[in-house]
Amino acid sequence: MRTELTVNGATHVVEVEPRTTLLDCLRDNLRLTGAHAGCEHGVCGACTVLFDGVAVRSCLIFAVQADGVPITTIEGIAPGPGELSLIQDAFCETHGMQCGYCTPAMILTAHALLANNPSPTREEIVNAISGNICRCTGYAQIVEAIALAAERMRGANRPAEAT
Amino acid sequence: MKAAPFEYSRPANIDEACALLAADDGARVIAGGQTLVPMMAMRLARPSRLVDIGRIGALSYIRDDGDGIAIGATTRQQSVERSGLIAERLPLLAKMMPWIGHTATRARGTVGGSLANADPAAELELAAITLDATLTYRLAGKSVDTPASEFFLGAMTTALPAGACLAAVRFPAWPEHRIGTGFHEVSARRSDFAFASAAAQVAVDEDGTCRRIAVGVGAVTESPLRLLEVERQLTGTRLEDSKVRDVVRGALADIETMSDLHATADYRRRVAAKLAMRAILDAGAECKAKSHAH
Amino acid sequence: MSVPSHFRFVSTDRRVREDRRFVAGKGRFVADVEVANTKHVALVTCPYAAARIRSIDKKAALAMPGVHYVLDGRELAEATNPLATGLDTPNVPRRPLAVDVARYSGEWVVAVVADTRALAEDAAEAVEIEYEPLPFVLDAEKALGKDAPLVHEAHGTNVLLDRTFTWGEVEKDFAESPRKLSLRVKWARSSTVPVETFGVLSSWDPWREILDVWASIQMPRYTEQIAGALKIPMSSVRLHHDVDVGGSYGIKRGIKHAVLTGYLTRRLGLPVRLIEDRLENMRGGDAHGPERLFDVEVAFDDNGVVRSMKMRALENVGAYAGRSPFQLGKPIGSIVGPYKIKSVQYRAMAVVTNKTTQEAVRGFGQGPTNLALERMMDEVANALHLDPLEVRRRNLIRHDEFPYRIPSGTEYDSGNYETVIAKVIAGGRYDELKQERDRLRREGMLAGIGIAACLEPSGGNATFEALINPKVTTSTFMDSCRINVDGSGAITATMHTTSSGQGHETLVATVIGEVLQIDPDTIRVTRPDSLASLPSGTPVGSRMAIMLGGAAFHAANKLKDKLIRIAAHDLGIPLERAVYEQGTVSDRDARAKRRTIKEIATIADRNYHRMPENMEPGLSVSHVMQVPTGGKLPTPDGRVQMYPCFSFEFHLLLLKIDPDLGVPEIVRYRLGHDCGTQINPKIVRGMTMGGVAHGIGAALYEEFAYNDDGQLIAQTFMDYVLPSSHEVPAVEIVDHETPSPHTVLGQKGSGESGYLGAPAAIANAVNDALRPLGISLNTLPLKASKLGDLIAAA
Repeated sequence: MRTELTVNGATHVVEVEPRTTLLDCLRDNLRLTGAHAGCEHGVCGACTVLFDGVAVRSCLIFAVQADGVPITTIEGIAPGPGELSLIQDAFCETHGMQCGYCTPAMILTAHALLANNPSPTREEIVNAISGNICRCTGYAQIVEAIALAAERMRGANRPAEAT
Repeated sequence: MKAAPFEYSRPANIDEACALLAADDGARVIAGGQTLVPMMAMRLARPSRLVDIGRIGALSYIRDDGDGIAIGATTRQQSVERSGLIAERLPLLAKMMPWIGHTATRARGTVGGSLANADPAAELELAAITLDATLTYRLAGKSVDTPASEFFLGAMTTALPAGACLAAVRFPAWPEHRIGTGFHEVSARRSDFAFASAAAQVAVDEDGTCRRIAVGVGAVTESPLRLLEVERQLTGTRLEDSKVRDVVRGALADIETMSDLHATADYRRRVAAKLAMRAILDAGAECKAKSHAH
Repeated sequence: MSVPSHFRFVSTDRRVREDRRFVAGKGRFVADVEVANTKHVALVTCPYAAARIRSIDKKAALAMPGVHYVLDGRELAEATNPLATGLDTPNVPRRPLAVDVARYSGEWVVAVVADTRALAEDAAEAVEIEYEPLPFVLDAEKALGKDAPLVHEAHGTNVLLDRTFTWGEVEKDFAESPRKLSLRVKWARSSTVPVETFGVLSSWDPWREILDVWASIQMPRYTEQIAGALKIPMSSVRLHHDVDVGGSYGIKRGIKHAVLTGYLTRRLGLPVRLIEDRLENMRGGDAHGPERLFDVEVAFDDNGVVRSMKMRALENVGAYAGRSPFQLGKPIGSIVGPYKIKSVQYRAMAVVTNKTTQEAVRGFGQGPTNLALERMMDEVANALHLDPLEVRRRNLIRHDEFPYRIPSGTEYDSGNYETVIAKVIAGGRYDELKQERDRLRREGMLAGIGIAACLEPSGGNATFEALINPKVTTSTFMDSCRINVDGSGAITATMHTTSSGQGHETLVATVIGEVLQIDPDTIRVTRPDSLASLPSGTPVGSRMAIMLGGAAFHAANKLKDKLIRIAAHDLGIPLERAVYEQGTVSDRDARAKRRTIKEIATIADRNYHRMPENMEPGLSVSHVMQVPTGGKLPTPDGRVQMYPCFSFEFHLLLLKIDPDLGVPEIVRYRLGHDCGTQINPKIVRGMTMGGVAHGIGAALYEEFAYNDDGQLIAQTFMDYVLPSSHEVPAVEIVDHETPSPHTVLGQKGSGESGYLGAPAAIANAVNDALRPLGISLNTLPLKASKLGDLIAAA
């Protein structure tokens, strides 16, 4: 089926079988391999992308359903080549990862959280990432990364005279 | 883990959806896909056609019709969770919403999808049964209303006829002023399907006497169970701890409960009773707190 | 070798260089590797616990669109050797696809190759296989019975290994001890279950006679085993080490996957990849971990001093021998934990059953052993009505007793257990915790304190193989580093294995930077493929800080030495006057006379006439590292130095259980951790926290559960319950650093930390909570429904 995908601001026309998941389409057709398959049944969250700004599992959406919906993947997060977003940088600062497999999904989930809640409590952060399984870290440094990013974003968004 | 091949249609309205469903026995509705797609990935579900109603705008709404709240079938669970109207008018449902899956699944999952799927552990089904919701489906150009008590027939089984598409669910809102709610569930991880769950809503009068009560337990039987006998015996009481305990224990003593890898039948029966007591007592306490606040 | 007294970069709070690519989604995992025209494998698996394969009809599958090949076990077996198991059990052959008999539900029977994975799955459904179900056995104790069905008939028994070791005068010590008790502890079948499944892409080039392999692998001697099974020279297998591995923690040993795809790519002349889906991974990926039953007898005195121990460990290895039997061997190196137990009898038994094959899991059998040891210590305390912490203190090896040789022959390098414990309970925390427990109990909760004092043997050598199978004569387990300084003075170091999140590139750069006194961020670290690599034992056995760190340290020192020699020669000064500082060599007596590393590189790269006589041109050095304290084979009575270094962890936690629901909840968790010098504290902390989380999973949630029909019923992420952020509490980690005398920077291993003690501590807490009811639960996982039912019956 002919499907028009808008990913990271660019529009792509792809020809996919209806059974192709958005995850497989992003990876195989668009070669955006930052979204990862972990369980392919909606539990681990490693395939998370932003779908109209909302964090969702791309393994539970067929590509044909995504026709025309703005999608953001991890590849659309860095401001420029070699340049990290504030959240990405915070993950590096706390080492909020190890193997890196769940990391893009964690960062997108953090983006979705902080877009709606600039000052999340620890509990709110824990809750937000509870649908993203990380087997390496025990989550502590991930929670710290998101808290640090929130703090820095609040700082960055403060009027100059107040800082 | 790739789904078997299927055809895909995205009808413009619900009657078109029904027509597509009627034309193909193997067709299934997809809205949020949070339950269906994993089943398809494992090839435990193999629809010949998916009828995608997810973008039918007319099916996505939360409306106050005066004495109840109607929710369109494709309304995202997250919209219900965040709705001020739901918080105000359906406090029990509002309390239950965050327990459905996790943020990312609620973002896609729909109210109608969960209800039509009829998982015994689903919070929305428990809410519908406990609060006497009415489910409306569309069939051959007509709308049909079915009370929740008649809609859910068993695990993953509903009264939805072939060719029908769930359109909405309507929860009556209680007119009483002093309303309290309670909800508890136990699961392995917080976001997992419950081993047992219980929901209660009560209304009390000025002197704290229970005037109205609705109690249901989920995840322990093929469909959530409304505890009508408990409601009857507690109405008119002041919801004393010992009374609640005796009544609930008696009501659940003989029910046939499910058993699986995660929890035994005995566990489910026992814990359902404990959770039901806690939900009722919480609801009662909430009423009292509100009375004091007034 | 000089050990710096203070560090510039080591132990400082530095970023992990690998992280940049991961946060950008630019990790390169095996499923991201693109080779033109790659075909995809899907597997047909056995639906029975045991079955004879009557017939396989491939016709319908072969006729389906996009299908290239349908491979069965007989064809593969005729063309390949069985997989190496390391055991002396020739009648228990392990092969990628079942031949005539399938021995567990989920075992691979047929492989289908097609243009896409979806088409391969479609065709897999069309393969018609006629099975004759056979009797099966699931339980290890039942498998020992006379009438038990034989999993491998030709082997004549279900026992793969049954060896009893006796170290010291066990019977005498038992006879002389006034007190004895016994207990039974069961570690449930669980594993590491990384979020990335195992995957491999194999591509045969018949013109160059090279098999290129990209894999999410963490395995020693991988290419040797591929070559051995495929009957090709090892020099024809090129494993690409620059593949990021999405978590492993020991388990990713996809040898059967590699042999299968290796055969297929050679047979078809096309690149072939097999990326397991989650069901394949859980059922037939051979990625299960220990399922171990311990029977422990302990002899002790009235003061709680343990004199002797008899331990029988019965391992249910599943249908074939993966690394599982050897996982009974490694714990011998710390069989008494941190305690002074004079004599030990240890019976290691491995039996085959009709369950999925196991591979290595974080700790290689140490986690289960620690559970048994620490439950034992709590029961000793309980029997004497003594405080469990006090009983441990009475048995601990004291700081001044190191190095300390345990009965099984291993000498512990160093430790300061009493100080670590003191730090954890400092400020009256232990008493506070007891008060909080008692308060919770008064409120109607069940509450318990859990303690575990555990060792993490690290620096892994392979001596346990010789201990379990005397025919094995391996006495080294190397790792290596090469450093090259190019003509511009830029430094590139190499490492020779894949990594799965341990930050090895950061490790290598940090250590080299430390030795050369230059910013580690300026040092590039690369991973040549296996044909361009020096030996590496790969990141197993908690060894890379010690072994790769050690190799990098020695290589850097060789480089520094060469820099000094060239500079001294070029400056015309004697060697002893040449001083090395931060990449510059200068004359001690005339500091202005100096050569920078860039200038020295120019000399080495271009100006041979300025080089010392007979010195090799260029600045390229390497070091192949032998395991410290290793190199010996076991004595006939099974004594040997196992690992060189022993990290220590002390867990202290408070847990409550709602008696109505049985749901356990960790209220507080404090962990003392001593892995010697921490090369990168962020990495050490992350691994330790991750280990605790993994241990919480093993203790409370995770089990590859089977039903009575031999079907794996926990085969999805819905039913095999990995802890989410909700289930992992905040953990306070208290560090202490007791350097190891055997390592270059005093470092010890940390890749298994947290995991090795968390299940034991949690099990002790649960049992402390249950004790007032007069009940006990020693079978993991300690899940809510099990606890709830037990409490209700009490």
